Amino acid sequence: MSSTTDPDNDSATTTRRRFLTAGTAAAGSVVLGAGASVAAETDNLPPNVPEWMKAPGEPTGGQPYGTPSPFEKGVVRNISKTLKQYISASSRTPLQELDGIITPNGLFYERHHGGVPAIDPAQHRLMLHGLVERPLTFTVDDLRRFPSESRIHFLECSGNPGYTKPYGKTASDLVGLVSCAEWTGVSLKLVLQEAGLKPEAKWVVAEGADAAALTRSIPIEKCLEDAMLVYSQNGERLRPQQGYPLRLFLPGFEGNMSVKWLRRLHVTTEPVYSREETSKYTDLLPDGTAREFSFYMEAKSIITRPSGGQRLSAPGFHEITGIAWSGHGKIARVEVSVDDGKSWQDARLQEPVLTRALTRFRLPWRWDGKPAVIQSRAIDETGYVQPTLAELLAVRGENYFYHNNAIWPWRVADTGEVTNALA
Amino acid sequence: MRWLETCGIAFAIVLCAFSNETQAQSPYGIGRPATAAEIAGWNIDIGRDGSNLPEGSGSVSHGREVFAQQCASCHGEKGEGGLGDRLAGGQGTIGTAKPIRTVGSYWPYAPTLFDYIRRAMPQNAPQSLSNEDVYAVSAFILNLNGLVGADAILDAKSLAAVKMPNRDRFVGDARPDVKR
Repeated sequence: MSSTTDPDNDSATTTRRRFLTAGTAAAGSVVLGAGASVAAETDNLPPNVPEWMKAPGEPTGGQPYGTPSPFEKGVVRNISKTLKQYISASSRTPLQELDGIITPNGLFYERHHGGVPAIDPAQHRLMLHGLVERPLTFTVDDLRRFPSESRIHFLECSGNPGYTKPYGKTASDLVGLVSCAEWTGVSLKLVLQEAGLKPEAKWVVAEGADAAALTRSIPIEKCLEDAMLVYSQNGERLRPQQGYPLRLFLPGFEGNMSVKWLRRLHVTTEPVYSREETSKYTDLLPDGTAREFSFYMEAKSIITRPSGGQRLSAPGFHEITGIAWSGHGKIARVEVSVDDGKSWQDARLQEPVLTRALTRFRLPWRWDGKPAVIQSRAIDETGYVQPTLAELLAVRGENYFYHNNAIWPWRVADTGEVTNALA
Repeated sequence: MRWLETCGIAFAIVLCAFSNETQAQSPYGIGRPATAAEIAGWNIDIGRDGSNLPEGSGSVSHGREVFAQQCASCHGEKGEGGLGDRLAGGQGTIGTAKPIRTVGSYWPYAPTLFDYIRRAMPQNAPQSLSNEDVYAVSAFILNLNGLVGADAILDAKSLAAVKMPNRDRFVGDARPDVKR
């Protein structure tokens, strides 16, 4: 439902209006099921007084933990119905339904390798051992005693999307394995200093307390630069799907390295060469070699409105908006083309532009009602320019699988329907 | 009063001196020492060279039995894949247009097999197999890939000695690889 909405209108009301319009053509009202009636759409519009003003609303506190309006029930995670199994799987953020740069916690993308564990925080421990002066264990309360910090960063799965057809229909289908939140926790550097790093410490092996005991090796430079041990997301404690009660967070690195349900940090001289960092998250090139320890998510952007599955209601003014991000720092510019890549113009960036965070861009556009191809490309503060899919395929081939940061164009038909221009 | 305060401070200093020395060096004094026994219970990391592999051993023939009971329903009787990954075959395909990534064709280090099976398999009951069973299943999967003989019995030393065919095919991250 939400994937076929009119981008100029609220999704739920639009759908409801279409339904009512179809059903009320003659009688002005429609009967649903066993006698339930719905007022005509115009009953609540000027000059009439809306029904919700004629009686008190729901009592205060009726929802101890608030949820979205029922009219927004279509705005949910994008979960494939055809996976072989759902224990090691992912669900996507509905990017085309969201505004701003912060992903609501209930819509944050998921990628689990052994399901979502139900961890009692009182029985959870973080063990820090290996090449340290003082091996330590911490409770979650212990970690909350350290000086805390909050930072806004994106998190993105490395396989977002793949390189081969079929390509997704919507922005979420394509790159919905990215989300952004404000993370609160303690600098990993502080915790490592608490244990005292030995001079030969070069890597930290992180392990989750899930059924996959997911393991990744993190270079010590990253651990001492901006890595965090996170316990809260967007102001509340982490959700179980995001690693409750404790996760590692590595800004700009591929998502699986920000190990969730973190229980152990093993300081070593070399990577552990875990299954995930050898047989899985490695990038296979056409010559049969494979890149390993490819951590960074490179600069990327996508137009989220108008985007695949949406429809422009009529020619005239439409704002083009989307998100851009880079694992290497801040977004410097986002360029938008509305003529199939012939010319490009700078989009306006919404402040604040933060390092390793989603950045919202906007460009005013007057659609003339003719077919068009629209696309965005991000340029980050290192000068790196987001490439085309063809440019990536020429270097990496189709079996590279991960780290696809291609420009993704949308085709706007004369009917206003928006579809994937590369599909 | 002043004498009492002085006494109190002196007492605190003495207490500090007698408390765990490790705490005294920590900037914040948060956390408690992890004991060797606690670390041994939790540290299941196996290095690519086989470091930290436990005692014990397992045979291909025993591995065949464990695999049939614990693994075949997802990975197929001969590791051909199903609900779970394909585990066998594919050697010689990695540099082709249709690479088949398996333990035998792609994994660079044999000890990783022990590490991963012990920590994460079988998916419905990870960390339930004995070390002997994990050695045995590792041996069976390597045998399916033609990397050890049907009569092989693997332990810490012999598992680490298995050279995986794809070991030298991993390279560093060369990105940015599209430049303007």
